[in-house]
Parts: sequence; structure tokens; C-alpha cells
Amino acid sequence: MRRSRYAQIAIFAAVAVALQLLAQASGKAFFLTQLTMAAYTSLLVIGLSLLMGYAGQISLGHAGFFAIGGYTSAVLTTADLGPHRGRAIVAALSKLHLLVARPDLYGGEALSVHPWAAFACALLSAAAIACAIGIPVLKLRGHYLAMATLGFGTIVHSIVLGTQRFGAADGISGVPPFELVPGLRVGGSPSARAQNYDLACALLAAGMLLLVNLVHSRVGRALRAIHGAEEAASAMGVDTARFKLNTFVLSAVMAAVAGVFLTHFNGGIGPSEASIMKSVRYVAIVAVGGMGSLWGTLTMSAVLNFLSLRGIFGSLDDAVFAAILILVMLFSPQGILHLLRRPWVPRERA
Amino acid sequence: MLLELFFQYLVAGLTYGTIYAIVGIGFNIIYNTTGIINFAQGEFVMLGGMTAVTLHRFLPLPAAILGAVLATMALGALIEVTFIRWLAKPAVLRMIVITIGVSILVREAALHLWGEGVRSLPYFTGNEVTSLAIGGVRVSPQVLWSLGACLVIVVLLHLFSRFTMLGRQMRACAQNRDAAALCGLPTRNLVTLSFVLSAGIGALAGCVVCPITYTQYGIGAGLAIKGFTVAILGGLGSSLAAVAAGFILGILESFSIWAMPTAYKDAISVAILLAILFWRPSGLFGDREAARLKAF
Repeated sequence: MRRSRYAQIAIFAAVAVALQLLAQASGKAFFLTQLTMAAYTSLLVIGLSLLMGYAGQISLGHAGFFAIGGYTSAVLTTADLGPHRGRAIVAALSKLHLLVARPDLYGGEALSVHPWAAFACALLSAAAIACAIGIPVLKLRGHYLAMATLGFGTIVHSIVLGTQRFGAADGISGVPPFELVPGLRVGGSPSARAQNYDLACALLAAGMLLLVNLVHSRVGRALRAIHGAEEAASAMGVDTARFKLNTFVLSAVMAAVAGVFLTHFNGGIGPSEASIMKSVRYVAIVAVGGMGSLWGTLTMSAVLNFLSLRGIFGSLDDAVFAAILILVMLFSPQGILHLLRRPWVPRERA
Repeated sequence: MLLELFFQYLVAGLTYGTIYAIVGIGFNIIYNTTGIINFAQGEFVMLGGMTAVTLHRFLPLPAAILGAVLATMALGALIEVTFIRWLAKPAVLRMIVITIGVSILVREAALHLWGEGVRSLPYFTGNEVTSLAIGGVRVSPQVLWSLGACLVIVVLLHLFSRFTMLGRQMRACAQNRDAAALCGLPTRNLVTLSFVLSAGIGALAGCVVCPITYTQYGIGAGLAIKGFTVAILGGLGSSLAAVAAGFILGILESFSIWAMPTAYKDAISVAILLAILFWRPSGLFGDREAARLKAF
């Protein structure tokens, strides 16, 4: 069992490398940019897949967590603390090497938070908010849970849209690259395209490894028990509230990680990233990939996001996702890949 | 002066409250017969307004509104027959996702059909600046029109469900669908009828408030969230409670502008929604015991 799990990761790595070689050999290296973005989005989607497919809890607000991650990092790394140099807090941060100086637009020097510190802040705030929201929200079920998470997403959207500090409708641009280690930076420069692609795939593989191991552990079994019958799981001694909350927070943190990396990669973030349509789109991808099938979700996420980012669907982008969502839910609620399975294998129950 | 301002905010709150109330009633009608929350409810309001604006180019206003309501009702029936009718006992999660998908499809279709422009119907009586002085407060006649429409809808709906055979059948279906089917009631048709009714009510509301609030392809989603807030705030299933809750929400929202930037106005209703869901999911006027037994 364990060997096959690592074999799956190895296959993923092989496919990722093959795609890179293919793109470079065919002279379409720019495809790697969209593939990188698709990989970061997939990181969010597989986290949501854990929450929806395994724990059985819908979230229509995950774009909110993506935005919390992205915006936190964007605000901290673009804020110029230079004018506040005299303040004690700025001096203390500076002494802790949490600030970096970088040239600003006018050739002067801007002092802003180090991307690693901003990254930590982004994850902590996403986790804290997920915790605060999750404790009451996860007591709800069905329609109420859907509406409550939708409501959370709406609040995040209207806050980033209505706050000047977050750039209101324009969003935040000019986010500097994120230098993970010297020489390895998350950013959009064309020369670092391959490097960024590899990095995104490695991050996605790490996320996948974490989740695959998780669903095959005690935690995974507990989550499936909750999905099957929450009362029964609770009666068997599964701490359902804690498992649901932990899963919710984990998926929120994964969304925030995706948000931070994609923001640094794109060099900016806008309020549309927090929109309800984005959340619905993530849910659509999880549904298409098959609830409770991480690899199915990952495959569909990579394919659909790549096609969408290439602009294949044109102005029908949202409509295509909605149509896919409806068709899958009407005809094959277990996901598209489920239809491809050998017909003589009995179907699992949803 | 302050008192006058207070009343102006109150009137504005009532106007928006009307439309929230009517969307909430629409949620209730469908929820009662099917147990489904129809996330596409707000789109009916948008479609009603948009269709009426288009029809008004060729037809007089009353005919345009009638046409818009009928067209939206037909679409409501179409949605039910295409996406919902033939599913046997679908899971809640599945229905949520399907109705959300439908609402996005409708919105995108409207975007391609009508573009992004903001439209409005002419005022039913008078124009933008006409106002009636009621006790020192200036009120646009259109506000009275929308309050009146809301009142008429609630009364007619009440009479319909109390005193007509069809209304009684719908109530039977709402109480226990299986039992109603065993008694020979055409439950599937009743479900379709509930979609038609709720679409018609939504479209009518969309037409009546359109001169004041304007309409655009994308207003549905926000209205759906607010209508749902209202339906929950009142306690799912009761129309009168939805009206009361609609006015409460409209007024709270209108006064929130005093305390907070307008950009956060939408966040208010969502915050109320979350608070209600956390502390009293049965709603202000709902029965706690009954709510506990329902499956959400």
C-alpha cells in the first residue's frame, strides 16, 4: 500500500517533468507559466477535496482563504516602513532581520517585511481565521453550512473590495519576488520560468504526499466515518468536531499557501481572487474530479485550470465551469473519472 | 432634522426590505415543497426586471411587466423540469451545487444577452423627483408601489394556500411529500408549480423595485444571499415571518450606512446571517423544536 502511494507521487513527478520537456522541446515554454499557476491553484483544490470529499463538509468560501493568504503577503511585502523607521516596533523588527530594504519606484529605498515573515503571517492569519470561523460554522450542515461559508467568502470579498489599504477594486500590484533561498525565487520573470514551474510542482507534490498519507491514516478513516454517518462516528468515539475543524484549518492553510505563492508569482493580487465565482469554481473542480478522489481532483484541476488560463473558453469561462458543474452533478456525482472505471467494478456509495 | 433623516433612512430600508422579503418568500415556497434551497432565486428577480425593460421598448408598461412575469415563470418551470424533476431523492449537497450552477448559467446568459449595462424601468406614477409628503417625510410613490405589491403578494399567497384546492395540495406536499403522493396528489407537478410561483413572485418584485434600485445582470447573487438571510431570520417556511425579517434586514442595512462605509453594507447582512445561523438557526419567529427535527 505504502509503496503504491510513493509510486503515485513518482508518476506525478514523471508527468510533471515530461510536460516541462514537452513544452520546452515544442518551443512553447510559455505554457509553463500557465502550468505553474494551475499547479498553485491545484494546491488549493486538493485541500478543498480533502474537506469536501473525505470529511463531507462543503465550503463555498475557499477563495476567501486564498485571498487572505495572498493579500496578507502582498500588503506586508509592499508596505514601505521607511518613514516609520524611528518607531520602536520597526526598529525591533529590523533587528530581528524581519525587514528587507529594496529599491522603490523612485530610486529611493523602501523598507518592507521580509517575504518569509510575511509568509508566516499569512499562514497564521489564515489558520486563525479558519479556526474562528470553523468552530461555529462546522456545527452546521447542508444548506446552512453552504450559506455560512458563502457568507464568509462574501465578507472577505467586500472587505478587500471596499478597503483602500487593499487597493480596493485595483488590488495590489508590484509585489516583489519571494526569495525562498538565495538563487531560488518565486516570481514572474521569464528567465526563471522553468525554475518556478519545478518549484510549483514540488510544492504540489509535497502537498499531495501529505494528503495521501493523511487519508490513509487514522485521521483519514475518521474523516470517512464522519462523511458516512456523523452520529455513528461520534458514537464510536471519533471526536467529530475536532477532526472537522482540523481538516477545515488544514485546507484553509493550503489555500493561503497557494495564495501567497501565486501572488508573488503574478506580482500582484486583485479582489476578483476573493470572489464567490472563484470559490464556486474550486468546488466545481472538486466535483468534477470526484469527491474523495485526490488524484482525480488533481488531474481535472490541472487540465481545467490550464485550459481556462490559456483562455480557451473565452468569455464563456464562468459559464463553462457552471455547465460542467451541473452536468457532473446530474449525471455522475462521483466525478468524471468515475465513468471511466471498469463497469463491472461495483460503484462505491457516495 | 435628525428625525427627518431617521425617517428617510427608514423609508429606504423599507424599500430594500420589500425586495428581500419577496426573495425570502420565494425561497420559502420552494423549500416547503421540496426541501431544496434554490440558490438561483435571485436570478428570477434579475430576469423579471431585465425582461420587463426590454419588453417595455415595444409594449406599454403593464403589458411589459405581465410579459416579464410570464416569461420568468416559464423559465422557472423549465429549470425545474430540466434539472430537478427527474432526480430521485437527491442529496442536499448535490442540489446546492446544481442550483448554484444554474444561477451562474442564467447570469452568464443574461450577460451575453443584455451586456453589463445598468437598466431601469420608468416610474409607475410620476418620475424620479415626484414625491409624496407623508408626515413630513418625502416618499417616492414607487416605494408605495413596492410596499403594495409586497402586501398583495403575501395576501394572495395566503388566500391561495388556505382556500384553493391547489394551495391545499401544495401544503400537503410541504408537510409530507410521500404521504401526499400516496393520497394521489401529483407531487412532481406540485414541485414544478412551486418553482413557477416562486419565479413569478421574484420577477414581479424585480419589476416593481427596478425603477428605484435599477437592475443589472449580476444582481442575483447578492439578492439570493440576502433573501436567504431573510428566510432564515424569519424561520424557514413562513411567508409572514419572511416579510417581517425582510423589513428588519432592510432597515438595519439602511442604518448601517450611518456607522460604516457604504462598501461594507453587504457585509452587514452576511454578518447577521452568520449570527443567526450560529445562535438561533430556527429563526426569530420559528419553532426551535420543529427546526431541530428538520434535515438541512
